[in-house]
Amino acid sequence: MLPYLGCIILFLIGIYAILTKRNLIKIAIGFCLLEYAVNLFFAFIGYKKDALAPIYTNAQQARNFVDPIPQALVLTAIVIGLGTTALLLSVAIRIYEKYKTFDIKEIKRLKE
Amino acid sequence: MRGMTIIVKTITKLLVGLIFLYGIYIIFHGHLTPGGGFAGGVIISASFILLILAFGSEEIKERISYIYSSIFESIGGLLFVLIALFGLILGSQFFYNFLPKGKVFMLFSSGIIPLCNVAIGIKVGAGLFAIFLAIAATRFIMKE
Amino acid sequence: MNYLPLFTALPLLGAFLIPLLSKIWERLSDIIGNIITTLLLILSIYSLFLLPIFGNIYVYEIGKWPIKPIPLGIVFTFDSLSLLMVLIINLLSFACAIYSITYLDNYTGRWKFWTLFLLMVAGLNGIAITGDLFNLFVFIEISAISSYALVAFGVEKEDLEASFKYQVIGEIAGLTILLAIALIYSKTSTLNMADIANTFINENKGTLFWFIISLLTFGFLIKSALFPFHFWLPDAHSQAPAPISAMLSGVFIKTLGVYALSRLIFNVFGLNRNNASHYFDILIILGILSIIIAGFIALKQENYKRLLAYSSVSQIGYIFVGLGIANFWGITGALSLIFAHALGKGLLFLTAGPVEREMGTLDINELAFLKKRMPFSGIVYTLGALSLAGIPPFLGFFPKLFLILGAIKEKMFWLAIVLGIFSLLTLAYLLKITNKVFTKREGEEVKESGLIAISFLFLVFLILILGIFYFNYLEPNLISKASEAIIRGIEYARLVLMR
Repeated sequence: MLPYLGCIILFLIGIYAILTKRNLIKIAIGFCLLEYAVNLFFAFIGYKKDALAPIYTNAQQARNFVDPIPQALVLTAIVIGLGTTALLLSVAIRIYEKYKTFDIKEIKRLKE
Repeated sequence: MRGMTIIVKTITKLLVGLIFLYGIYIIFHGHLTPGGGFAGGVIISASFILLILAFGSEEIKERISYIYSSIFESIGGLLFVLIALFGLILGSQFFYNFLPKGKVFMLFSSGIIPLCNVAIGIKVGAGLFAIFLAIAATRFIMKE
Repeated sequence: MNYLPLFTALPLLGAFLIPLLSKIWERLSDIIGNIITTLLLILSIYSLFLLPIFGNIYVYEIGKWPIKPIPLGIVFTFDSLSLLMVLIINLLSFACAIYSITYLDNYTGRWKFWTLFLLMVAGLNGIAITGDLFNLFVFIEISAISSYALVAFGVEKEDLEASFKYQVIGEIAGLTILLAIALIYSKTSTLNMADIANTFINENKGTLFWFIISLLTFGFLIKSALFPFHFWLPDAHSQAPAPISAMLSGVFIKTLGVYALSRLIFNVFGLNRNNASHYFDILIILGILSIIIAGFIALKQENYKRLLAYSSVSQIGYIFVGLGIANFWGITGALSLIFAHALGKGLLFLTAGPVEREMGTLDINELAFLKKRMPFSGIVYTLGALSLAGIPPFLGFFPKLFLILGAIKEKMFWLAIVLGIFSLLTLAYLLKITNKVFTKREGEEVKESGLIAISFLFLVFLILILGIFYFNYLEPNLISKASEAIIRGIEYARLVLMR
C-alpha cells in the first residue's frame, strides 16, 4: 500500500507545480514529476510477493517471476516522456528568445 | 560552449572509448540481459555528449561533423521499418521473425530481435545527440 | 487484406526517408509526401470495396502471434468504423498535402514540415486500425507530439505560446489515459481490447470500474475539446499553419477524442442506455453547453481563424450530443457529422491561407476595408459554410437531420428544438465572414495559385457529390455499417476472437 501512496503524493506534487508556478521551467519540472509518478505506478502493478526478476539465466529456473509486461510498457512510456520533455524545453527556450522572459504573466499576447 | 580543465580532458580521452564500447555491449546483449536498444542508445549518446562537454563544441565540430547525427538517425529509423517490411515480404506477415532462431542463450539467436535492437540503438543515440546539439551547443543569434 | 500494416508503415518509411534525401534536393520532400498520401488514399478506397468480403471485420495478427486461445501479440482489427475513420483521415491529408506544396513557400525548412506531417498521418492511421490498448496509447502520443511541433512551426511569438499551452494540457490528458490503462491492466492482466471486453462482462461494476471510466472520459474529453476542457483549442488552431489547422480541426480532435472514446465505451466496456444512462446524460449536457457557449463566443470573434476554431468546439458539442443519445439514429448522426465536418471545416481553414498571404492580415475588420477581393475563395468558403450549417443538398444537412430524428425517438423533444435553433446560429457566425470579407464590389482581383485551387475543388466536389448521392451510396454502405459496429457493443469481442 505504501508505494502506491508515494506515487499518488508525487502525482499531486506534480499537478501543484504545473498549476501554481509562474516560471516556464518550473512548469516543465512539474510535468516531469507527473510523468515519473505515473510510470512508477505502472511499474509497481506487476509485483508479486516473494518473486524474482524475470530473467532466465540458465535453462532450469524456478518459475516465480514478477510480471514482465508492465516493465516493457513503462520502457515505452519513458521514451515517449523523453520526447515530450525535449520538445517542451525547446519551445521554452525559443519563447525566452522572443519574449526575453520566462514569466507566464508576461507571455499573454493571445487574448480571449 | 567552452571546454573544461585539463584534468577533465585527460580523463575523457581515456574513458570515451570505453563508454562507447559498454553501450554497444548493452545493445547487442539485449535479448539475454536487461537493457536493449533504448538503454544502450542513451549510453552511446552520453559518450558523445561527454566529448562536447569536455572539449568545447567548436573544437569537436572540426573532428566530427554535426551533420552525421541527422544522417544516422534517419538510417536507424529506416532500418527498423525495413526489417519489419522484410517480414512482410519474406514471411507473409508484418514483423514476422524470419531469421533462424538458434539455440537458447547464444548471442546470435532469436531471429530479428538483435537487429531491431541495433536499429533502435543507432536511432536513439543519434537522436539524443541531435537534441543536445539543438538545445545547447549551436549558437543562436538573438534578434533585438 | 494483407496490406493493413502499410497504413502505418508507409508514412513512417516516408518520414524517415525525407531527412536523408532532402540534403540532395529540397523539393524531393514535396514529391515523397504527395506520393505517400496518394498511395494511402488509393489503399483506403480499395479497402472500402474489399471489406464486405470478410464479413465486415478483419483481424490481422502482427508477427503471427496467435490470438485464438490467449491473445499473445498485438492485433490490428479493421471493422466498418475503422474504415470510416481511415477514409476521413486519408481524404483530408491528401487535400492538405496538395495544398501545402504552394503554401510552404511562406516558411523555411520544408522537409521538417513533411516529416512531421507524415508522422502525424502514421499516428492517426494507427489509432484507427489498432485493436490493442497500449498500442492505441503509443499512436495517440506519436500523433500528439507531431502536432505540438507543427503548431509551433512558424516560430512567431504567438505560435510558441499557443504550442506551449497546448502541450501542457494535451500531455496531462495523455498521462491520465496512461494511468487509466495501468488500472485496467491491473484488473484484467491483458491488453487486447476484445479480451478486456470478455473479462469485464463477468465482473460487477464496482467503484474501480467507474473510476477507470471517469479517468478515461476526462483524458479523452480534453483531447477532443468539449466545453469545460476546450481552452487550448482556440489558440492552437488559430496559430498553426493553414493545412495543419485543417488537419487538427478536421481529423485530429475526432480521431483522438471521439473515435477512441466511443471504441472504448461502447465496444470494450459495453455501456449503453440501459445500464449507464447517467453517463450518457452527462455527455448530452456537456455537449449542449458546448454548442451554446462556443456558438455565442464565436459570434463576437474578430479573427478569421479564431472564429472557425470556436465553431469547431461547437460542432464537437453536436457530435457528443449524438453519442449521448446512443440509439441508432443518434450515432448515425454523430458519425456522419464527423465526416461532413471534417471535409467542411477542413475546406474553411484551407481558405484562410490565401487570404492571409495575399491580404496580409486575418483581422475581419481590417479585411473588410482592404481594396482587394478574392471571388474564387469567396465562393468556396460560402459553399463550405452552407454545408456546415446544414443546408440541403450539401453533405452537412443529413447529420443534423439524423440527430433531430434520434432525439425525437428518445422522446427528448426539447433537445430536438435546441439542435434545430442552434443550426441557425452556426449559419449566422459563418456567414459573418462571407459578409465582411468576401462580398465586395470593387477592388483589384487577387488570384490563388493553381495547386491551391485544385485542393479546393477536390473538397467542394466531395461535399456536393456525397451530399447529392447520400442515400444511394454513402449511407447504406459506409455510415450505417459503422454505426452498427458501435451499437453492437460487446459483440465486437466475440467477432474478433472467433476469427
